[in-house]
Order: sequence, then C-alpha cells, then structure tokens
Amino acid sequence: MTLTNYMNRKELLGFLILAAVIFIVLPLALDTFRLNLFGKYLTYAFVAIGLALCWGAGGILSLGQGIFFGLGGYCMAMFLKLEASTPENTAIQSTPGIPDFMDWNQLTALPIWWQPFHSLAFTMLAVVMVPVVFAFIIGFAMFTRRVGGVYFAIITQAFAAILTILIIGQQGYTGGVNGITDLRTLLGWDIRTDEAKNILYFVNGALLFVVLLIAQFVRKSKLGRLLIAMRDQEDRVRFSGYNVANFKIFIFCLGAAFAGVGGAMFTLQVGFMSPTLVGIVPSIEMVIFCAVGGRLSILGAVYGALLVNLAKTTFSEGFPELWLLGLGGLFIAVVMAFPNGLAGLWSEKVEPLLNRLISKTQSAEAANPNKAPAE
Amino acid sequence: MFADYSMAELGAIFAMQGFAGLILFSVFVLMALGLAIIFGQMGVINMAHGEFMILGAYVTYIVSNIFAAYLPSLFGIYFFIAMFLAFIASGALGLFIEWAMIRHLYKRPLDTLLATWGLSLILQQIYRSVFGAREVGVSIPDWMMGSLPLTDLIEIPINGIFVMVLAVSISLAVYIMMFRSTWGRQVRAINQNRVMAGAVGINTEWTDRLTFGIGCGVAGVAGSAFTMIGSTGPTAGQLYIVDTFLVVVFGGAASLLGTIASAFSISQAQSIMEFFLSGSMAKVITLLVVVGILMIRPQGLFALKLRK
Amino acid sequence: MPERFILSVEDLTVSFDGFKAVDHLSFYVEPNECRVIIGPNGAGKTTVLDLICGRTKATGGTVKFKGMNLLDMREDQIVHAGVGRKFQTPSVYEDLSVFENLELSYPKGHGVFGAIFFNQDQVVQDRIQEIAETIFLADQLDEKAAYLSHGQKQWLEIGMLLIQDPELLMLDEPVAGMSVAERKKTAELLNRIIQDRSVIVIEHDMGFVADIATRVTVLHRGEMLSEGSMDHVQNDPKVVEVYLGH
Repeated sequence: MTLTNYMNRKELLGFLILAAVIFIVLPLALDTFRLNLFGKYLTYAFVAIGLALCWGAGGILSLGQGIFFGLGGYCMAMFLKLEASTPENTAIQSTPGIPDFMDWNQLTALPIWWQPFHSLAFTMLAVVMVPVVFAFIIGFAMFTRRVGGVYFAIITQAFAAILTILIIGQQGYTGGVNGITDLRTLLGWDIRTDEAKNILYFVNGALLFVVLLIAQFVRKSKLGRLLIAMRDQEDRVRFSGYNVANFKIFIFCLGAAFAGVGGAMFTLQVGFMSPTLVGIVPSIEMVIFCAVGGRLSILGAVYGALLVNLAKTTFSEGFPELWLLGLGGLFIAVVMAFPNGLAGLWSEKVEPLLNRLISKTQSAEAANPNKAPAE
Repeated sequence: MFADYSMAELGAIFAMQGFAGLILFSVFVLMALGLAIIFGQMGVINMAHGEFMILGAYVTYIVSNIFAAYLPSLFGIYFFIAMFLAFIASGALGLFIEWAMIRHLYKRPLDTLLATWGLSLILQQIYRSVFGAREVGVSIPDWMMGSLPLTDLIEIPINGIFVMVLAVSISLAVYIMMFRSTWGRQVRAINQNRVMAGAVGINTEWTDRLTFGIGCGVAGVAGSAFTMIGSTGPTAGQLYIVDTFLVVVFGGAASLLGTIASAFSISQAQSIMEFFLSGSMAKVITLLVVVGILMIRPQGLFALKLRK
Repeated sequence: MPERFILSVEDLTVSFDGFKAVDHLSFYVEPNECRVIIGPNGAGKTTVLDLICGRTKATGGTVKFKGMNLLDMREDQIVHAGVGRKFQTPSVYEDLSVFENLELSYPKGHGVFGAIFFNQDQVVQDRIQEIAETIFLADQLDEKAAYLSHGQKQWLEIGMLLIQDPELLMLDEPVAGMSVAERKKTAELLNRIIQDRSVIVIEHDMGFVADIATRVTVLHRGEMLSEGSMDHVQNDPKVVEVYLGH
C-alpha cells in the first residue's frame, strides 16, 4: 500500500486539523480543569472510533461497548488502587495493605486474580487483552453461529447488563456500585496534580492518534472494503471465499481493544472507575457519539464524542431536565434526519460550498489578465 | 446448602419461591406479549417498550386517585377501568409513534432501535417532569390485600394470584386475536410475505400501525397490572427491557407459545436460585444461561426451520 | 484411480419442517461438461445449487467434488476447493467500485491478516483489467457498482466469479431480466467462459439452453424427472406432461 492509498490529501488535511484542535487549540484555550474534562470526552472517542469500524463500516451494532471500556478502565484502576493501598496508607484497616473496599467487606487477603495487577507491564497488557479476550469469546460464539443484526445488539446489551450486575453485586472484589475510587499515583507519580493532568491529556491525545491511524490503515486496507461488502452482501462475500465470521470477530476485537485503551485513559484522567460507565446506558450513548459524528467517519467519531459530551456537560449544569429531552431528540434526529451525521453534513453541504468558493476565486484569477501566467 | 433445612421446610421454600417465580412469570409474560407482537410479527425493536408499560402504570395511578377522591364507593373495581384506559392510552401513543417514526424506519432495524431508545429517554423525562422522580404506588383495593394460607408454612398473596389470572387472560386474549381474528390473519400474512399480502388487498400500512398500537396497548395493560405488585417510577421501564427482550428472543421471536414457555423457565430459574444465592448472582447466572443457550441455538427455543 | 466425474451428487435430500424441497436426488457432472438444470417453479433447482455450495445444509446424501465431501465444508472452503456460485438476483457490492468488487474476488489475501496487508500489485491490477475487458466493463472500473444497469451488474458478478477461476461454475438464471441486446452479449460471454471448466446452469430460456447444454437435468418437486441430451428430454413424455399438463 502506498502512502497516497493510505491517506489522500483531503483525509490528511482532516487529520491535521484534528491534531491542531487537540494539541494546540484546546490546550491554549482551556484551563486545566476544562482541559481534563475534554480529555475525559476524548476517552469516549476511542470507543466511538471502534464503533465507526464495527457498526459504520461492518454493520455490526454492539450495544455493549461499555463492557470493554469498563474492563480496560477497571484493569487500570486495579493497578492504581493496589499502588494506593500500601500498608502505611491503610494502617487503620483491620487488614492493612488491601484496598479499602475489600476491608469493608471483611476480606482478609487480596484475591489471587488481583495479584498480577501489582505489575504495570501486566496491567498495560491486560488493558488491551482483557477486553479483546472477552470480545473474542462473545464474537466467536455469535458470529460463527451467524447471529447478527438486532440479535447481536440485544445480546451485547444483555452482556452489559450482566457485567454491571456482577460488578455491583461482588462489591468485596470490585468496589461495588461506587467503583474503584481514591486513586493517587502511577509508579509514584501523583496523577491528581494539575501538571499530571496536563501531561495525561497529551498522552491521551497521542494515543488517540495512534488509534486513529490504525483505524485509518484498516479502513483503507482490503479488509476495510470487505467490511463494507459484508455489510451489504454477506452471502456474496462468503461465496467469494472469505470466512465472514473471522472478519467480524477481528473487527469486534479491534473495537474492544480501542475501547479498553479509552477506559484506561479515563481512569487515569478522572481518577476512578465505576459500574455506571459499563452498563446499558453508557454503552448506547457511545453509539450516539459515533452516529452524531457520522457512523462511517473515524474523525467524525472524535468530533461526535467531543460535541455530545460538551453539550451534555453544558446542559446538565444549567438545565438538567432539558438534557434527557435533548439527548432523546438527538437519537431520533440523527437516525431520521441526519443518518450520516456531521461527516455527512460536511461532505454534502460544507464541502460543495467551499469548492464553489475556491473555484470562484480561481476563475476570477483566471479572468484577470494581469495575473494570468505568461506563456 | 440444603442440610440446614428440614424436608418440610425445603418443600415450603420451593413452593413459595416457585410461587414468587410465578408472579415474576406473570410480569414477564405481560411485558413480553406486547413485545412478541411487535418484534416477532413486525421485526421492529422497540426500546421504548418499557416506557409504554410505565405509561399504563401511571394511568392506573391517576385513575386510582380519581376514584379515591370522587368515587370511593366504586374503589373496589377501579382497576378494571384503569386497565382499559391504560390500553387506550398506550395504544394511542403507539399508533402515533408508528405514524411519526417507526414507519419511516422499517428497512433499518438497527436505526429503529436507536430512535426508539431516544424516544424512551424523552418519555422518561416527561414522566419525571409530570409525576416527579420519586416512585409512586397505587392503593390496592381491600379485596386484593392479604394472603391465602395454604398450609402452616405456605402463604400465597392475593394480589399475586390476581396478576397471574390477568396474565393468563391477557395471553388468551392475545392468542385469540392473533389466531382467530381478521387482524391476526393479516398480521401473520404480512409477516410471511409483505408484497403478496399487499397484492391481495391487505392494507399493510394500516395493519402495521394497528399491530404496533396493539402491542403498545398490551404493554400498557402490563404496566397497569404491574402496579398491583410494585411501585412505579420514571425509569422503572428500563429495568425490565433487557429481560423482556431476552424472554422474547429466547422463546423464538415469532412464537407466542415460545414466549410464554421461555418466560416461565427464566422466571422460575431466577426465583428459585434467588433463595440460595444473592439476588444479583441469581440474575447473573440466569442471564448467562439464557445468553449461552441463545449462542448455541440463536433462533430461540421454538422456531420454524425455514427455506431461505 | 482418476475419478470419472468432477461432481457426484448422491441421494441428496433436504427437508424444511417435513417439506422435502430436494428428494433423494442423484446426478453426476463430468469434467468440462455444461449441465443445465431446468424445471417448473418450485422444483428445487436453486436449492440444489444452495446445497452444493453450502448455503443450505442438507438433511441427507453426499456431494463429492474432486473427492472432497462438500457437505462437511464451510462456504468459503468450498469456494477455495474450486466451486463458484452466481446468485439469481445480481449480488454485487453496491457501495464499492467495479474495480474494488473485482479486487475483493481476487483469490489472494483471504485470511484476516492477509486482507489487511493485501498488496495491490501489478499482477492483480492486470488481472482485474483483463477480466473487466471480458465482461465489457473496462470503462466503468472506477464507477460505483450501484450505478450499473441490471445487465451490467450481472456481468460484474460473472466477472467476480471468473477472477476466482473456479473449476466448477454454478450460474442461477444468468440471463433473466435482461434486454434482448444484453441477453445476446451475455450468451456470447457465457459461451466463452464455459470452455475449459465444468458448469451447472439453471435457465428457463430454451433456445439458450439448447445452445450451451452438454446434458440437461429436469427437476420436478425435488426429484429427478429426466436426464440426457436436450433432444432426449424434450421428447420425454414425462417432461412434456409436467410442463404442459397443468
């Protein structure tokens, strides 16, 4: 694949503009508190990019992306919690050295499956691999049995419900409904300071671009075209000699990996992880981020996540009652009136306008004899 | 875990939990019937189904208050009027939604799912603004209070029996509508071959609207019945939507009998396990088993093998 | 011992809830033979193709292709074994260009990672160009398939099969729904591509059938009614009875 195949000039421009927004405009325009808030919004963009591949291109709608976001986030939170729960910090507990919520729930030793999360290397691997393994199990079971469409959506939603109930129910192991809170340091580096928050914002932005570039690579590869082909004519793809299930499993796992990274960055920037980010409601909201951006567009997914969350924060601060009405209306509007979202508006309305303007200035230049190039 | 209980106690536990399961079963059946009509026959996913149910519950709440204030002498029978009005209210809203939204999305099932989710958010907020965020309960008529002692150990609450009777009668009514009425024949015809059904003179557009409306109306009745055993809040509908979808899918989407059988097995499994495990683990295991079986048999328990 | 037949269908049966769409059907296809399957509507013709290519699971019987038992294989494995299938309604990828449609059908890079790192080298491009010329679409390579005419879509799908270079090609009503001019061009195209490979065709157009068929199999209610040369089946009283009797 040559470079121009990978990204044409228009797409490159889009990437550069987004990079300018994330790395220059937002940091200059916002104070640390707001910047951290935008960093949080951008963690949802990881999920939305995955959905743009799975749902937009591949037609696989998962209503359980919160599962993977949560798993990634919990892995990171477990590491940070263990680091925060030193015997000195937890000396007042009846069993010092274990996370506080375990102590409250009469646990006297750290469960075995928490042990590996003492290691940052293992944790970073787990942030990606735990969601991927989960996605693989779900995807393998569903796609090899040819379950798709609304059935897949409902079953992933059921999984989101199951995981939430499980996390809330097993509070001795998971922190229950409050989640894992009171996270302090990463290898001794205090993540609660303004400086740390600024740095984490940039790390998050950089990771987002890594994910965007991977997504772009996949979309522009033959696999990207196969996804679109599968969405429209699954049987034909099969009879062109492809094992459709494998491709679906792959893209579902890739989306899960993205979501896991987003979840981990959420934990780092916001300082906690809780089941409210795993369940049915956040999972379906992540779909709307992707839909608002334009379900096919990976850059749109980022803008969608930013704008919807910005609106959510703004409205729920001022008029909490309006927000649900607005969000509900957004779901309906984006499906019925703007199925291609912001990216669609851009390419159908704004771009032709820009092109007209450009061609006008060009023809004006051409008409001007003084500026015409010498023969 | 059984060692601590005597045989008689164990028997009583199973009987009581079994009966608790029957009440849960009735609720599942009531909710799932409407969904089975809409999803099974039309293939439409209505994520706002729970909110249609809650509308029925709120209608019942209003009617009970009106009767308590103005017609206390007739309070004993208010419920039947409330149920009828709940059917009308939810059904009418359903007709409107089909006209305004659903009919534009028949070819895009995943989009229908998202749009109806949006609808559910809007309805929840409206309920919250109108009725407040707190849960409301209706006063149950005297004759429905108390319980029937079967043996020394086993007691059965009367409102539970009432809800069960309701579930059975509404199932029968839906069965008769589906398989004995002209509308039912038309719905089934459209389900099998839409173009042909249109060609032989069935007004498919109107039948779709009516089907959606009736499904929503049945949800309203379910909500109405639900007030007899629990209280109603703006987000109560969302709690049940996943369970209900699983019930319908597990049963085999197009089969009414399957829906009832699957509601029975899911509710019994859950409530019997609930006694020995915590409520949340019982639910997790039940859902996992259901999802697991669906992975092995995606078409559900009762589905026809069809020629593609 | 070399097999005499490239495809042996024996005792093939499928039932949908008791309804036997194909009932103990046996037939054999020789290498380089062009077999045409005809029969009234509902005879089970398309179902037979579905069974061979793995789209529908058989209830009983065997389908052997070059010694492999196709009934145990997944669709994509059957394709890799050398069986190509064209559907009745043109099924092409409408959102992709003609070039991309052909590219996806090129028999390389069929694994997940093979597809991600698939390289569109000169060999691939030349082959796509060559096929596009064969199917009269060389000038439409960059056009979205959605904008093609019905006939052009049929050709594109045939091209997608050709690029796979299957040993056994199965075509379901390849000239249905075409204009007279398109039909003529298609017949010419088919006559060219059925050389050097075995072909099973479902077709109603008897003139066309007489033109291409080595042998004809007549199906009726999922069972074999008659088999042989075109002349033979046309004069078979059982066939006449089925076609004219009701």
